[in-house]
Amino acid sequence: MSTETPLAPPRPSRPADTRKRVKAPLHPGWWIGSAIVGLTLLNIGNVVVRSPNLDWSVVGEYFLSTDVLLGLLRTVELTAIAMALGIAGGMLLAVMQLSPVPVVSWAAKSYVWFVRGTPLLVHILFWYNLAALVPAVAIEIPFGPTLFEANTNDLITPLLAAVIALSLNEAAYMAEVVRGGLLSVDPGQREAAKALGMTHRQTLRRVVVPQALRVVIPPTGNQVISMLKASALVSVTSTPELLYSVQVIYNNNFKTIPLLVVASAWYLVVTSLLYVVQHYLERRYSRGDRRG
Amino acid sequence: MAETVLSLRDIHKSFGGQEVLRGIDLDVTEGEVVCLLGPSGSGKSTLLRTINHLEPPDGGAVFLRDELIGYREANGKLVELTDRVLARQRAKFGMVFQGFNLFPHLSALENVVEAPVLVKREDPEQARARARELLASVGLADRADAYPRHLSGGQQQRVAIARALAMSPAVLLFDEPTSALDPELVGEVLEVMRRLAARGMTMLVVTHEIGFAKDVADRVVFLDGGVVVEQGTAAEVLANPRRRRTREFLTHVR
Ligand SMILES: Nc1ncnc2c1ncn2[C@@H]1O[C@H](COP(=O)(O)OP(=O)(O)OP(=O)(O)O)[C@@H](O)[C@H]1O
Ligand SMILES: [Mg+2]
Repeated sequence: MSTETPLAPPRPSRPADTRKRVKAPLHPGWWIGSAIVGLTLLNIGNVVVRSPNLDWSVVGEYFLSTDVLLGLLRTVELTAIAMALGIAGGMLLAVMQLSPVPVVSWAAKSYVWFVRGTPLLVHILFWYNLAALVPAVAIEIPFGPTLFEANTNDLITPLLAAVIALSLNEAAYMAEVVRGGLLSVDPGQREAAKALGMTHRQTLRRVVVPQALRVVIPPTGNQVISMLKASALVSVTSTPELLYSVQVIYNNNFKTIPLLVVASAWYLVVTSLLYVVQHYLERRYSRGDRRG
Repeated sequence: MAETVLSLRDIHKSFGGQEVLRGIDLDVTEGEVVCLLGPSGSGKSTLLRTINHLEPPDGGAVFLRDELIGYREANGKLVELTDRVLARQRAKFGMVFQGFNLFPHLSALENVVEAPVLVKREDPEQARARARELLASVGLADRADAYPRHLSGGQQQRVAIARALAMSPAVLLFDEPTSALDPELVGEVLEVMRRLAARGMTMLVVTHEIGFAKDVADRVVFLDGGVVVEQGTAAEVLANPRRRRTREFLTHVR
């Protein structure tokens, strides 16, 4: 045999037309899978469109009805208020958890442990039934006059109970999100800020928080979306949010499925809007990350 | 003789029972360049950080000119200063870190402008003009709008030097400014430091760059086990070390 092997492979004498190319054929499994998925979708579609129990005219009739829109408004309000309070509480808890004072950090950690370990539905029922534990609330100066006194049931309306339960629950989850954000900032950043003469507050406001936000925004967006859906749970205490509003309607006219479709459609509309906002915020706060 | 700018008197510092600094005395005069050498773990970074009170010393005192740093005297005791007063004192020192520590969410220019505007309440327009001059002086006039992520290590460290200079510090503290850099980028940072030294900047530099110490340092201080083992001119300490520890260290670094 020849003693020398050429280092470069031989060039083809007549190269093919390099602009014409054909993709490798798909594995037959993909065709079978596609057929199964397609048939399933067709069947579901058939039920959804043709079933006499899913009356699309009823969906159309109630989609923009006053009661449904009021319920939607209440759901959005509940979500906004509970999120605002939850974020504020979460920031407080996060700072407490990172505190060098043991009692403070222990208290915050215990709170988070307790709330995250118990169902939201139980919190909602608890606050709704608070009167069973504390029948009356009073603010009084010890050995002095009573400034304020009220029946717990008058004070804690179903709506207020819902707000309290959702906010306190959210605070525990946001505490973890905020803590993660604060810890994600390199300690060298605080050092550099301090060395430049920034006070503790200036360091937090100008250096730590802007960097923590980038980490905090995506999970916070997910929390808002979860909250919007979780707020449906307060329907169990007759709080007139979106789900309860359609329940009231279908308890009268027995059009259960179309009205659940109405509620779902609205939840989808709002969550989709929230995804868009989240995407925009993520891009805005990744400054220094991608552009340059 | 030139005026003393920085005085350390008998500085002690322990971490969890381990004494890292065991009585350090050091004076730095106006315009002097002091290089601090020593093996890993000898307490060089800790010493630098006690100077601007990033790390409060357990014993001893730091003076910037006649000002006691970090404490005020009350009834014969030293009382630690409040955050606000401490911040004002720290602003008089510039510090350059091994890992640059630029603010990643701010452009190079914004990094330099931030502290003068926030801490010294300088007029933003003037601060920006000054920052552009400083960036030009470290050779980065054309990178003012770049974010740190898009700068090389050498460029980032030069921005960090400009950022420290923007506060017009009385002393510049460097903690191994070139140790995190690729070898081919070390020169550009040392060159900037050389020019600062030539312009009369007072500098305290922790470094393993023996060549730099030899060329630029007015004085070399060798630290080991939390004490100053030997000090003198670069020629004395580097060429004819008297102590065995210094000799051993120098054979390792070279
Ligand atoms: N915050 C801290 N907590 C506990 N120990 C520390 C802390 N900072 C430093 N030390 C310890 O103090 C000693 C001196 O550390 P220092 O960083 O000052 O050394 P160095 O001379 O700068 O070393 P290198 O050349 O590796 O940077 C080391 O043993 C280190 O582990
Ligand atoms: Mg060090």
